[in-house]
Amino acid sequence: MSMLALSGAIEAGLLFSLVALGVYISFRVLNFPDLTVDGSFPLGAAATAVAIVSGINPLLATLIGTGAGACAGFVSAYLNVRFRILNLLAGILTMVALYSINLRVMGRPNISLYGEETIFTPFDGLLGLGIWTNAVVLLAIAVAMKFAVDWFLATEIGLALRASGENPVMARAQSVDNDRMTLIGLTISNGLVGLAGSLFAQSQGVADVSMGIGTIVTGLAALIIGETLLGSLKVGWATLGCLAGALLYRFFIALALSAGFLGIQAQDLNLVTAVVVAVAVVLSRARRKHPLHLRTRLQRLFARPQGQKGA
Amino acid sequence: MLSICDAYVTFNPGTPIAVPALRGVDLDLAPGEFVTVIGTNGAGKSTLLSAVAGDVRLDRGGIYVDGHDVTRWPTERRASLIGRVFQEPRAGTCSSLTVEENLALAASRGGRRRLRLALGRGAERARLKEHLARLGMGLEDRLGAHVGTLSGGQRQALSLLMATLLPMKILILDEHTAALDPGAAATILALSSEITGEQRLTTLMVTHSMRNSLDHGERTIMMNAGRVLLDIRGDERKGYDVPDLLALFKKTTGKAVEDDQLVLA
Ligand SMILES: Nc1ncnc2c1ncn2[C@@H]1O[C@H](COP(=O)(O)OP(=O)(O)O)[C@@H](O)[C@H]1O
Ligand SMILES: [Mg+2]
Repeated sequence: MSMLALSGAIEAGLLFSLVALGVYISFRVLNFPDLTVDGSFPLGAAATAVAIVSGINPLLATLIGTGAGACAGFVSAYLNVRFRILNLLAGILTMVALYSINLRVMGRPNISLYGEETIFTPFDGLLGLGIWTNAVVLLAIAVAMKFAVDWFLATEIGLALRASGENPVMARAQSVDNDRMTLIGLTISNGLVGLAGSLFAQSQGVADVSMGIGTIVTGLAALIIGETLLGSLKVGWATLGCLAGALLYRFFIALALSAGFLGIQAQDLNLVTAVVVAVAVVLSRARRKHPLHLRTRLQRLFARPQGQKGA
Repeated sequence: MLSICDAYVTFNPGTPIAVPALRGVDLDLAPGEFVTVIGTNGAGKSTLLSAVAGDVRLDRGGIYVDGHDVTRWPTERRASLIGRVFQEPRAGTCSSLTVEENLALAASRGGRRRLRLALGRGAERARLKEHLARLGMGLEDRLGAHVGTLSGGQRQALSLLMATLLPMKILILDEHTAALDPGAAATILALSSEITGEQRLTTLMVTHSMRNSLDHGERTIMMNAGRVLLDIRGDERKGYDVPDLLALFKKTTGKAVEDDQLVLA
């Protein structure tokens, strides 16, 4: 793998670790399978790109992208808590609507940020890191967001959010308004995803209306890999897992691409991601239900029983 | 302190499977009064308690707590006035949160939750430990343990502490010892009496044991088919024993108590 491919993989990994943090809040903490993500990611990119090309300060443009993502999350949550639309459907509705909205926001299918000043530009000369500049800036942002999420989930509101996701009946009995928690949680979750989209557009130099496809699955892949590696019981480890999982995932994807493993090409990425998530979910469930399940099965498969020798 | 007036609840109304669970319940609890509730399965005991807590809405009638008409309040709003322990130890606590985090959640009940760290330090933590030590379950040394790792008895003791941590008006206990082994059940029951006595809490406790219903609190009501059938208190109650309750049930309903669970103990 070339250095360029490696730095690219690390950048993508760090970007998707933000998505994974968002997905952690919705899927895990809140227990809300939110599919808004595939729409809020390109929305963050689109809003930021439009803001940047119209001359708005990149930092402010990034905040605008983040805020746009947050609004999308709020809409999904509102559809669910106000109109009692099934959580999956609420996310899908917002996601589908966002496709049109993103086209409207950009006015065309994509916007190039080539030559525009981005949030990374000031660091170009400053750090003298060459191709690693974006990765270092993204690392700082991802780590900051990890600790921000850790902190938030340890606050009074964060604790109420965790209780609401795990045991809504108990949460209510402790005066937690579950609907409010869904609104807060999805807003923050999609804010993180919008931030990821915004930074993605700025680091790749383009915002594209179709860039969102598969975002949720990649976020889930990162989340599950992280949980498998570091466990999910403690918030701090789970969020660290989001970073590690996303980095590892993108690293191995880049490795497979560069080595031509199984003839995998860039267009196969979503298929690979979907397969990885499906397998990971099956494996982790098997492990939870029957510890040693797979191992004993394999052992039984390979260790020929004594009595059957020569039979 | 607590008034339930002419309460009606029907589940699945207007369908072939409609169940009239409460059919005109009137009940008044004086401040500090500890009332035990018994009745056969399906009598409406849990529905009554859920109606007080807010999880079940009344079709007719009203519920008043400490002068507030709470009939239309959602559960989370009533929670500032009402503490509750569920039958299932897992229902009243959060498995993935630690003992201390569960308590912190209870400590902010009824107030406005903010963006500040939920866990206190120093004095606040020492106070929590003191509370936990009183439960006699060794939980004071396990502040950081995830509640999922605790025994049913420990979880129920924690639920009880969480329900009563802050000053409130009404305590609701729905067969909160039914899922425990006899030893743990006795401990939790003793703790409940101790805490309610100390804080002079107005309490509604459902139990499946006639013995317990007479041994705890100062007033016993028996429910049947969505109504309050018997209401025994004061000197009258002192003379009562389990057979008297059974006989009274038979006399009023014309049927013997068939519910095995109820006769036990
Ligand atoms: N959520 C519900 N939906 C439909 N019927 C219910 C529901 N909860 C309770 N019931 C019915 O209402 C009646 C009273 O139930 P409940 O209050 O749980 O009785 P108890 O606690 O005295 O055993 C029963 O016939 C029960 O089947
Ligand atoms: Mg019941």
